[in-house]
Amino acid sequence: MTLSAVVAPATSDGPAPRRGTIGGSSSARLGAASGITLGTAVLWLSLLVLLPLAAVIAKSTAGGWTGFWHALTAPGAAQALRLTILSALAVTAINAVMGTLIAWVLVRDDFPGRRLVEVLIDIPFALPTIVAGLVLLALYGPTSPIGVNLLGTQRAVAFALLFVTLPFVVRTVQPVLIALDTEAEQAAASLGAGRLATFRRVVLPVILPAVVSGAALAFARAMGEYGSVLLISGGVNHARVSSMYAFQQIQNADYAGASATATVLLVVSLLVIVTLDVIQRRAARRG
Amino acid sequence: MASRLAAAPRLGLRAVALGYVALLVLLPLAVVVWRTVRQGGSAFWAAISSAQAEQAFRLTAIVAGSAVVLNTIFGVAVAILLTRYSFPGKRVFSVLIDIPISISPIVVGLALVLVYGPYDGWFGASLHSAGIDIIYAVPGMVLATTFVSLPLVVREIVPVIEDEGFEQEQAARVLGAGAAQRFRRITLPTIKYALAYGVVLSIARSIGEFGAVKVVSGDISGSGQTQTATLLVDARVEQLEPGAYQVSLVLIAVAVVAIVVVSMIRPKEERA
Repeated sequence: MTLSAVVAPATSDGPAPRRGTIGGSSSARLGAASGITLGTAVLWLSLLVLLPLAAVIAKSTAGGWTGFWHALTAPGAAQALRLTILSALAVTAINAVMGTLIAWVLVRDDFPGRRLVEVLIDIPFALPTIVAGLVLLALYGPTSPIGVNLLGTQRAVAFALLFVTLPFVVRTVQPVLIALDTEAEQAAASLGAGRLATFRRVVLPVILPAVVSGAALAFARAMGEYGSVLLISGGVNHARVSSMYAFQQIQNADYAGASATATVLLVVSLLVIVTLDVIQRRAARRG
Repeated sequence: MASRLAAAPRLGLRAVALGYVALLVLLPLAVVVWRTVRQGGSAFWAAISSAQAEQAFRLTAIVAGSAVVLNTIFGVAVAILLTRYSFPGKRVFSVLIDIPISISPIVVGLALVLVYGPYDGWFGASLHSAGIDIIYAVPGMVLATTFVSLPLVVREIVPVIEDEGFEQEQAARVLGAGAAQRFRRITLPTIKYALAYGVVLSIARSIGEFGAVKVVSGDISGSGQTQTATLLVDARVEQLEPGAYQVSLVLIAVAVVAIVVVSMIRPKEERA
């Protein structure tokens, strides 16, 4: 549900062009009051976000490039980063497919309890991550009522990441599917295209930017996830993700080591934001 | 909308989608709710009314409340700046505001400790010697929570102001309405549903913040407690103390209420 705050759905046949775009000719120049407001906002953003993030990068490179590399390839750090990247990639791929499928079912299918499913899809966004972890531990931990114990396994990490990234692709694809006319699909079907061919040639090209946007956000979230993974990973080394490693280094007052891992996570986040910006601009131009 | 698909494949897709959501979300939630109910009302009451739990809920309210107020003021001001004014560096400014949304909470916590930490932080050391503590205290927890929910209000309001256009605002300006009057009479009625939506999202996000607050709060229990509700859940699970399910149930209820409220605001906003 936080999604709409970040991604306007990247539809290629989106709403009519907005009248006043950012930087449009109708914008006023800054006066005294608005100038002071802007100054205060920039100062606040710098103190809260920019300087602290700069401090992370500065700390990670304080020992030079070799120091950074050394911290990143320390056994615990490298192992955690490997698990984080691999599980984030796998989870993103699974939820890209499942998210598209769920969005399709929610838009094109009608069944009792559809509204309940809509609420369930938003739960991973709204639930505190530690509660998400506890909830998963209740069903898939040592006290599992169905006898499945994933505690302390890499599969448990992937499972937690699947949970927290579930809504991203669903919520980016859904509005595009709603806006998509079924006429083109009907035409394709009447011309003899099979169901798979219709999906691949007619539907997929339209929803692909939305799938990619959702997947990019899901990947960023999975790379940095902490709370939901914490409990079910059981604190064992081979199920420790990068944010857990960074936390442990902070506890050990090894800020340089924590900063090296944190810098990698930070760069991934920035890349995702830039990618989304590019996708949205491209979709807006085409529309 | 009626589907073109034949019944069998449609039912198959439906079963896969619903089965996935059930295994991932519904069943785990149901187990927690059922176990909490089974432990009974007195266990529930004891778990959420202990001195530690009361202080945790109070801290969560203070921290989340402060963060929401800060982000609402920042969000409205920045949204108006981005839509109604032109200034150099506007696009960079706009992108920078989005940064917090995809950053690991641990990175957020670490970043704040490096600048405001009491011993070797860039500013924190001198603030500490001046008697002002930010990290391992409430101000740092507010900063961390504000950081993670920073873009939520801005991003809800900006598209609404853009869609509304500038004619009314400009007419009011020409007719001599002051900034405060223009805001109260024109901007506020335009953005009220988007603002409400953004505020609800911020409340849910702020109450639920865990990782960043865990780093900057020092997770202190006992006297000088900096343990919020989410940190208390973690502590109770890891120390095998009872009461984690009960506190979680309160937080689950808050999340569900937030989702329902948002789904009630959403259609109004689209109609407006």
